Amino acid sequence: MIVRIHSGGLRETKWYEYLLRFLFGGAITALTGVIGKHWGPVVAGLFLGFPAIFPASATLVQKHTRESKARKGLHGEQRGIEAAADDALGATIGSAGLVIFAFISWRLFPRHSPALVLPLATAAWLAAASSLWLARKWRHRRR
Amino acid sequence: MSAFAMLGSVFKPTSFAGLFGAGPSVALATLALVAGQQGRTFAGIECRSMMAGAAGLAIYSWLVAQFLMRLRISALKAALASMAAWFTTAFVLWEAFLRQGS
Repeated sequence: MIVRIHSGGLRETKWYEYLLRFLFGGAITALTGVIGKHWGPVVAGLFLGFPAIFPASATLVQKHTRESKARKGLHGEQRGIEAAADDALGATIGSAGLVIFAFISWRLFPRHSPALVLPLATAAWLAAASSLWLARKWRHRRR
Repeated sequence: MSAFAMLGSVFKPTSFAGLFGAGPSVALATLALVAGQQGRTFAGIECRSMMAGAAGLAIYSWLVAQFLMRLRISALKAALASMAAWFTTAFVLWEAFLRQGS
């Protein structure tokens, strides 16, 4: 299978590592609200694509990979950096999906409720990001 | 936000898990609040600008990957060093396409 579930990932991640990302995300949500009040929705909307959680995520991916290799008696410094680079390439593809999320929300918000728009746009994000990821994977396999 | 972080930690390979690093977690929380407090039209305008922010995020995360693969620096250093790319992309797109509407 191309994509698999690694349940150990949940155990490796400490509660404060989730909290850290929640705090960064919450801070950007609050900041976007303040910007929206002072400079309006056009400027505030830019920050909905701000890399709020990504730096913490990439750092944790590097740390977890390094620690996992160290437990097996291996030197994991290089593998940790490679894993963080893979994570960043995944985020690049996810960002393309985020453009789709924003486009669908922009077109639907004036006429429909958030209860319909947000799940639909999230499903579109997941479909677009997964499809692009698979397309990239197949392209690399054919080389 | 924590749900996206959890999803990002359970999937393998890492490049697939990375998709969730650019998930709409902040957008979902913010847009639900904004639509309730300031109305759906306000939220819709924010979404239009979000396309520029998301394009900035794509360039930002690609640059982080290049720093990591070519310079072999730590993820935190790469993430912070690339931050200027997000601001530049987002504000160039704002200046080119969105400023008239603000």
